[in-house]
Parts: sequence; C-alpha cells; structure tokens
Amino acid sequence: MDPEALVASLQDAVPGARIERAPSLDRQTTIYVSRDEAPAVLRALRTRPDLAFTFLAELTAVDLWPRAPRFELVYVLVAIAHRLRLRVKVRLRGDDAHVATASREWPAANWLEREVWDLFGIVFDGHPDPRRLLMPEDWEGYPLRKDYPVQIQLKPRAEEALQMTVEEFRANVAKDRLSREQ
Amino acid sequence: MPDIKTEIMTVNMGPQHPSTHGVLRIVLELDGETVLSAAPTIGYLHTGIEKTIEQKKWQQVIPLVERMDYLSAQSNSLAYCLSVEQLLGVEVPERVRNIRVLIAELQRINSHLVWLGTHGMEVGAVSVMLYCFRERELLLNLNEMLAGFRMFPSYLRVGGLREDLPRGFHDAVRAFLDRFLPKLDEYEDLLTKNAIYLKRTQGVGVMSRDDAVAYGLVGPIARATGLDYDVRKYFPYLGYETYDFAVPTQTAGDVYARYLVRIAEMKESVKICRQALDRIAPVGVFAIDDPRITPPPKDRVYTEMEALIQHFLIYSQGFTVPAGEAYVPIEGPRGEHGFYVVSDGTNRPWRVKARAPSLLACQALEKMIVGGLIADVIAVIGSIDVVMGDVDR
Repeated sequence: MDPEALVASLQDAVPGARIERAPSLDRQTTIYVSRDEAPAVLRALRTRPDLAFTFLAELTAVDLWPRAPRFELVYVLVAIAHRLRLRVKVRLRGDDAHVATASREWPAANWLEREVWDLFGIVFDGHPDPRRLLMPEDWEGYPLRKDYPVQIQLKPRAEEALQMTVEEFRANVAKDRLSREQ
Repeated sequence: MPDIKTEIMTVNMGPQHPSTHGVLRIVLELDGETVLSAAPTIGYLHTGIEKTIEQKKWQQVIPLVERMDYLSAQSNSLAYCLSVEQLLGVEVPERVRNIRVLIAELQRINSHLVWLGTHGMEVGAVSVMLYCFRERELLLNLNEMLAGFRMFPSYLRVGGLREDLPRGFHDAVRAFLDRFLPKLDEYEDLLTKNAIYLKRTQGVGVMSRDDAVAYGLVGPIARATGLDYDVRKYFPYLGYETYDFAVPTQTAGDVYARYLVRIAEMKESVKICRQALDRIAPVGVFAIDDPRITPPPKDRVYTEMEALIQHFLIYSQGFTVPAGEAYVPIEGPRGEHGFYVVSDGTNRPWRVKARAPSLLACQALEKMIVGGLIADVIAVIGSIDVVMGDVDR
C-alpha cells in the first residue's frame, strides 16, 4: 500500500478527521492529526483489517521550545501483516499539554506514556497508572524539557531510616495495588 | 491436625539481586509459592543519557549510545549511525555495509552468549556460564583487535568506520567461527535435552503471539510464539536482503522456546558472518568520501594545510545535519531497535530517543510471571534478556 492509499483508507475509516501529510527525510510516511481526533485515528489504525497497525514501536515526545506549539508527540506504528510503517504526530501547546491515553489500544503504551509524563510533563488523560517511571517520585520538574537546566544544584539530603510498623507496610502495599488495579 | 496459619506474603525482590541482571526491583505478592501480583520498579540506573546527548556534537554521541545497552554496544551505534546518515542523505560504500553486517552479527552472538550464560546459571547450569564467557572472551578479543577497546569499541562512526580493518582480522574471525560452532553444540548437549532444564523452562512464562505484539516484544520473544517478524527480512537495511539466512521460530512461546530461538539465531549469525567475510576485501574504503564528515588521514594532516584545516573543523565544530527527523529500525539482539533522531539543522542533536526493547520486556514481565511459581520468576527474567542499562538509559 502506498502512502496515498494508506491516508485515503484512514480518511475513509475516520470521516471528517483532518489528516495532514508531512514530508520526512527518512522516506517514512508521516501524518499529523489533531489532539482531539487522535484517539479515533489511532483506534482505526489498529483495528481496521486493511490497516492493522498492531505493533506500537515507539511513543515519545519532542520539546520544540521556544517554538510554538511547544510539544510534538510521536507514535511509530508498524503493520506487520502488511509490512507498513507509519509515523503519527500530534502537536500540543505548552500551556495545554494533555492528550488521551493510547494504552487501551496498545498495552505497550503504558510505560512509554509514563516515561513521557515523567520527562516532559505531558498529561495522558485516562492513563491507568499515571506515576513517574524513571525519576524518583518526589522529583520536581521535567528533565527532558529544553528549559530544564542541564546541571542543577541540590542540597544533600540526610533522611532518617524509614520506620514503619507491619500494619503500615501492608496498608501501603494494598494502597499501591489498588492504585494499579484502577 | 492443628490449624495452619496462612497469609499472603509480600516479598521485595531486588534491586540488589544476582538474578535480576542489574538493578531491577519487583514487589511480589505470594500465596505460598504462587505469585499473586508483581510490580516491577525501574529507574535505579537512570543516567539521563538522552539529556546528555543534547549537549554533544553528532559524532560524540556514539560512545554514549554504546553504553545504553551495554551488551550490544555496536548494535546501538549502528542504529544511531543509520538514522543520522539517513538525515544527512549519505550512503556508505558497499564494503562498509558488509563490515557493519559482520560486526552486527558478531555483536548478536556476543549478546546471546551472555544471555545464555547468565540464564543457564540462574536455572542451575553453572558450567554453561563458564563455557559461554570463555567464547565471549574471544569475541571481546576481536573487538580489541578492531578498536583497542573490548566492551565499547566506538568503531562505527557516522559516515563509515573509524579506520580500516586491522591486518589479520579475516583470519581471526574465521578462526573464531570455526571454533564456535562445535562449542554451540556443546552448550546444546548441556541444556537442550537436559531433563532438569526442560522441567524448569517448558510451559513457563508463556506469552501468546497477540500479547507479544501488543506489548511490543518483537524479536526473539515474539519469534518464540511463531511470529516470523525480523526487521532484517521485513524492512531490510545494510543489504541484508542479499544474504542467505533463515528466521528461526518456535510456537510454544515459553522460556524453552525462547532458548531454542536464540540458539538457532546464533547459528544463522555464523552463516551471515561467513558470507560477509567472503564479500569484504581485506583492504579498502572504510568511510564515505565527504570532507565535511570524514576526517582526513593523519599523514595528510601532518603535511597539507587544507587537510589540517579540515581536521580542525571536524574535531572542533563537528558537522551540521539538515533539519528533520529519522528513525531507522534494525534487528538488535533483543528485537527491533532504533533511534528516533531529531535535528534542528545545527551541529548538535535536538533530540535522540532510543527504542528500548528491554523496557518493554520489563513492562510485560508482570503478564508472564503472575500465576506462576516464584522459582519460575528467575527463569522468566532470564529468558526475556533484559539489560537494565537499556531499560533506564
């Protein structure tokens, strides 16, 4: 399937969506979709048999600061059965950086979205487990943003060893499990 | 009979645990020996390489990416170089492509050997570990011969290779391949029909084909479920379509199937290495002929003014890369692997994101171990071949 046929098929699956072709230096088909239409487009890409992009290879973000709109979200999709690759991009404004989660379409997106939230501060609405992934949970700021300094000075912290009763520990574990099951 | 008190036990496995291949921590809830829930926690090895890369020049990134997935260093630098070369719009000569194929396949054998050794040791076959590391030592010697550095040679560069192959390299690789194949049969004698090993691995950590794809576990894990997806066949790069090799698959999807797939992959890699060796002339071109990217030979730097200026420019300013983005997938030892590279037209990368197969494998760990026995957790972690440097970056 050539890129035109792919976009036409996608347009057919999601009538009314604005799908914008973008040039790419690596000859991969690249499309832009708006934030509000992204969930419908992504669902169609995965579920339609003639598209069947069942494999989410990559989900990441790029901070274009100080340019606007500030963020670009990138989904790299592969249709293994049709030997097709597609890059879907979503532009997000810096002061309104949130988008619907894709983890219901691809379970692989769960941690990838957590990583993007952790390092860029982009919120994924409806994410099942919206916690930081790589940085400590009490970390401030989003390190991969371009206005985040490369070197930061933190005061060394001395903390008391964690003292906890058996009941408190069990309650914590139960709370953690509940938060993951929701 | 007195009442036996039962309770659900929470065990914190790791981050310092010899079988977690680094600093992976899993909070397990156990009912007796059965795993009720598992919550992998990562980030203990997060070094912010992606942020560091944004401060470096294009060529300086290579040592950094090699340290991400430290068991397949040259596979990382290959993926990065291919993406940047795609942005630059340059094509490396055929001899360089063949050398890169040879290096990538040796790296695959290297990585699989460490996997087999550690996995074998964890399920009780300690001698396999000793044997595998013995053969891996020879591969590290080849790296030392190539570049003077055993683990992270930084031999692949944007635009080609750092220098030409050393004298006697062909013979050294051939000697290794001749020695390696019978040794591989020796490992198989130790494990493939070993009753204890079969008991520990068959039917353990099963992943269905659809789940493997949905969780992004393409590579040896998906091939163990019967999916023949291999980037070398589906989206060929470096001229892999001209090589004669098979993509081994299994259907069971368990730990044992992953073992069989990786063993067969090593045999195929040996085949590819031999074909590549036949195509590579011992002496020849090793980089593109582009004075913006490739530094001039040292003897010209010492004798010609122009070459000195060129050398100075490349090592002080680097080269600029046209604005744009590229992602070239390759088949790494752990599956589809690649770097999403964004340039804004300057001499430093705007953003570099590594696709980390180990991160996705870690994510799917929960799916594979819940409902099984705690002893199987070790076997499953070994079978998905996670490298924590790749998970946390």
